[in-house]
Amino acid sequence: MKLLVPVRRESRIALGVAFFIVFVALWSFLSMSGAVPRHFLATPWQTVASGWNLFATQGFTHDVGMTIWRVVGGFLLAAVIAVPLGIAMGVYKPIEAFFEPFVSFARYLPASAFIPLLILWVGIGEAQKLTVIFIGCFFQLTLMIAMIVSGTRRDLVEAAYTLGCKDTGVIRRVVLPGAAPDIAEALRQVLGLGWTYIIVAELIGASSGIGHMITDSQALMATDHIIAGIVVIGLVGLLSDVLFKKVNQHLFSWSLLR
Amino acid sequence: MSRLSIRDVSKTFPGHRRNAPATQALLPIGLEVGDNDFITVLGPSGCGKSTLLRLVAGLETPTTGEIRLDGTKIVGAGADRGVVFQSYTLFPWLNVRQNICFGLREKGMKLTEQRDISDRFIAQVGLRGFEDHFPKQLSGGMQQRVAIARALANDPKILLLDEPFGALDNQTRVLMQELLLGIWEQAQKTVMFITHDIDEAIFMASRVVVFSARPGRIKAEIEVGFPHPRHYTIKTSPEFMALKARLTEEIRVEAIAAAH
Repeated sequence: MKLLVPVRRESRIALGVAFFIVFVALWSFLSMSGAVPRHFLATPWQTVASGWNLFATQGFTHDVGMTIWRVVGGFLLAAVIAVPLGIAMGVYKPIEAFFEPFVSFARYLPASAFIPLLILWVGIGEAQKLTVIFIGCFFQLTLMIAMIVSGTRRDLVEAAYTLGCKDTGVIRRVVLPGAAPDIAEALRQVLGLGWTYIIVAELIGASSGIGHMITDSQALMATDHIIAGIVVIGLVGLLSDVLFKKVNQHLFSWSLLR
Repeated sequence: MSRLSIRDVSKTFPGHRRNAPATQALLPIGLEVGDNDFITVLGPSGCGKSTLLRLVAGLETPTTGEIRLDGTKIVGAGADRGVVFQSYTLFPWLNVRQNICFGLREKGMKLTEQRDISDRFIAQVGLRGFEDHFPKQLSGGMQQRVAIARALANDPKILLLDEPFGALDNQTRVLMQELLLGIWEQAQKTVMFITHDIDEAIFMASRVVVFSARPGRIKAEIEVGFPHPRHYTIKTSPEFMALKARLTEEIRVEAIAAAH
């Protein structure tokens, strides 16, 4: 292994798959050897079987759909406000000075701690789930975008001014296209953050969703269902991540040139 | 008639921290640049010559004095002064043609017209066949050629260049000087070219303005009388050598002053 030298595509895929195999092998060993009792840790095979069962007979598709819609809904609400606000903060320093201290403070408020309050304020319906995701994503995203936009190359901005741009032209034709790939990357990372909050939101006062299924299974000691639920979250998260990455690469191919 | 008129212009930068001393980058200077003149501003690093260019470009505001272009006082940057920077400032998300058309599009020019103009300048800087390349796919010299084309496409009254070939290797730099000089000989533009390279300063200029060490002021103005079109072979002529020797002496004193 040489420092910082990239690996070939085939070996990269092989290595990535290899760790999944190692992981499943270890899991099988722990669960099948009896090192961990079966009812605490289901075997991989049991998990796959009960995962199938969940989808086939218990309407789990609906739960997964609900969870995805909540994550995406809350995330989009956050993005719609955070992106313009972050851009405004990045380019206009008085706006940044006005919002930045509060947003930095609010970023550390744990979204899950708001759940009891939100139940009082907006009930246990969808609004509560969306708000949790919104709180979890919004502040983080705003700060990330403000920072990305602040990092706009000064020399490109100056070049645009000397080519006849006014402020709005500089924002539209230099700041936005220059920041777009990093903003898209920030959105991808924060969507991942949304996934970590949704389950907590669904653990309390939900009648559907992956988190709800997990709470139900806990009462029945159905660890196979719990693990299947966790694996599904992982897979959906991975899938959304890959899709996001592909779209970014397609839209901003210029930023990948070396 | 005089195109660019710099009168009693000085620049002092405030200290970064409170109570930090202010930096005087430029002592009050006066300079007239005539129509279609090609002047080079020569000085050691940090002598304030780039500051002067940024003042003319409108990217900085003078502390005292004023700068006029065709009688109009300069306030802020504008398309009438094209700038080529030392760093590579092509927009990385635009290809060569889109970069060259950047200012034309800002003016709201029709696409067909933009295409004609960009075609002409792409040919002039020798980048035919590279229209669809992105900046990162080009060498440093090619990027600076695009930057020159981008500035010229806007048809500015004056072209300002801030050590544009400073980051290039020596052979490329020499070729770029010939290219720029060739363009100037054809197009007749007013040019202000900042450099710390003596050969470069003499070869292209009709007048070399020598700067002192910081705080900058104009130490000497030297006419360069070589006829146009100039061939690179003049660089080895005795007249060129004599001029170079004189400028070397002027600059050396300043470089020593700057180092202390």
